[in-house]
Amino acid sequence: MKPILTAEKAVETIGDGASLMVAGFMGCGNAFTLIQALLAKGSKSLTLITSDTAFPQVGVGRLVTEGRVKKLITTHIGTNPNAGRMMNAGEIDVTLVPQGTFNERIRAKGAGLGGVLTPTGIGTAVEEGKQKLTIEGREYLLELPLGGDFAFIKAEVCDKYGNSFLPMATKTAAVSMAMAASRVIVEAERIVEPGEMDPEKVTIPGLFVSAIVQAVLPASNLQQK
Amino acid sequence: MDAKELKRVRLVKRVAREFPDGSIVNLGIGLPTLVADYLPADRTILLHSENGFVGLGPQAEKGKEDPRIVNAGGQPVTIVPGGCFFDSAMSFAIIRGGHVDFTVLGALEVDMKGNLANYMIPGKMVPGMGGAMDLVVGAKNVIVAMEHVNKHGEPKILKRCTLPLTATAEVDLIVTDMAFIRVTKKGLMLEEIAEDTTVEEVIKATDAPLQISGHIARF
Repeated sequence: MKPILTAEKAVETIGDGASLMVAGFMGCGNAFTLIQALLAKGSKSLTLITSDTAFPQVGVGRLVTEGRVKKLITTHIGTNPNAGRMMNAGEIDVTLVPQGTFNERIRAKGAGLGGVLTPTGIGTAVEEGKQKLTIEGREYLLELPLGGDFAFIKAEVCDKYGNSFLPMATKTAAVSMAMAASRVIVEAERIVEPGEMDPEKVTIPGLFVSAIVQAVLPASNLQQK
Repeated sequence: MDAKELKRVRLVKRVAREFPDGSIVNLGIGLPTLVADYLPADRTILLHSENGFVGLGPQAEKGKEDPRIVNAGGQPVTIVPGGCFFDSAMSFAIIRGGHVDFTVLGALEVDMKGNLANYMIPGKMVPGMGGAMDLVVGAKNVIVAMEHVNKHGEPKILKRCTLPLTATAEVDLIVTDMAFIRVTKKGLMLEEIAEDTTVEEVIKATDAPLQISGHIARF
């Protein structure tokens, strides 16, 4: 059984300078309650690894807006003007990664692979400084694994073994992040007893999960800009 | 509908005709998104949304938004019967693995080699590439759908792109408010023109050399 913690307790060990993976896409599937708790704790100089910086006042976007992020590894910052402004002012070190590569690097880390070979980025600025290999006549970039100290995952249902169901379009990079982070915290709308969840409906096997937190904030302010 | 809107509709209708029955299609943000409204009713076409599903449906009605489903731009949308959800690894395996039949994207510049620049203007606009690089490299067919010239009236179809590239030699078709141009190994082939323009006007508005098809259709 996995510990069920308050959000405050769950983020207690996330100190300044920690690397944090946050699953979701444009705020959809972000762990709002955990993000709120981390903001309240006041950790800063974070390395944030997330698909995009959402909107200024939505989900993971708030970590950027409130100046908690020192290094950002992401695929798109266009919907959160704060990220671009801070990048231009030299306040955040931003690494932009093609989205497919972003996910495969995280998956590689979690799956015990030494990297991935992708054709994405060949002939563009993305290839700078990277090793190229030719496989069966086609050129590929070697992209290296990407892990994190912590991951925030939002689930609809999680049983006490950590088995998690992520509905609809909230799955995003959550499965890969759950494999790649040292400590994985699942924020769940419903926490159920083992056996209450159909094993066929498990998106993320519980063995990856470190702790479970009851969701308090609804994911309803999605469209706020 | 004003004249500009009519031209955009004509453009996206022309793009929509390219998809055979059963196609999996990914539409980029902006003008390409409009293609969804003009898909031929007699064909089954599933739209891929790179955040994690195929079967992208219309925007959700006000009051019926579900926070668990958005499109790649973050807007609340719906899923059509026959659609399915998956995670990001699967979504981009579908893209990179060549399982998306068509991707339709806008462009800042495109050139005669099929090079595409559509993700940044150094010092001005640096939003990040999102899924664009994977889509352009991975989709079986890459269609650029855009205005023929930029807001200053300058050509966007160039001999050689000047902005940072999204990908090299991946564009197959360029559809604009003026022309339908195929990218071939020998350069750009003008195949069709819009009903309110001439071949000469298209040539004048294009920096790259154009080969002219023996039969120029109108759209």
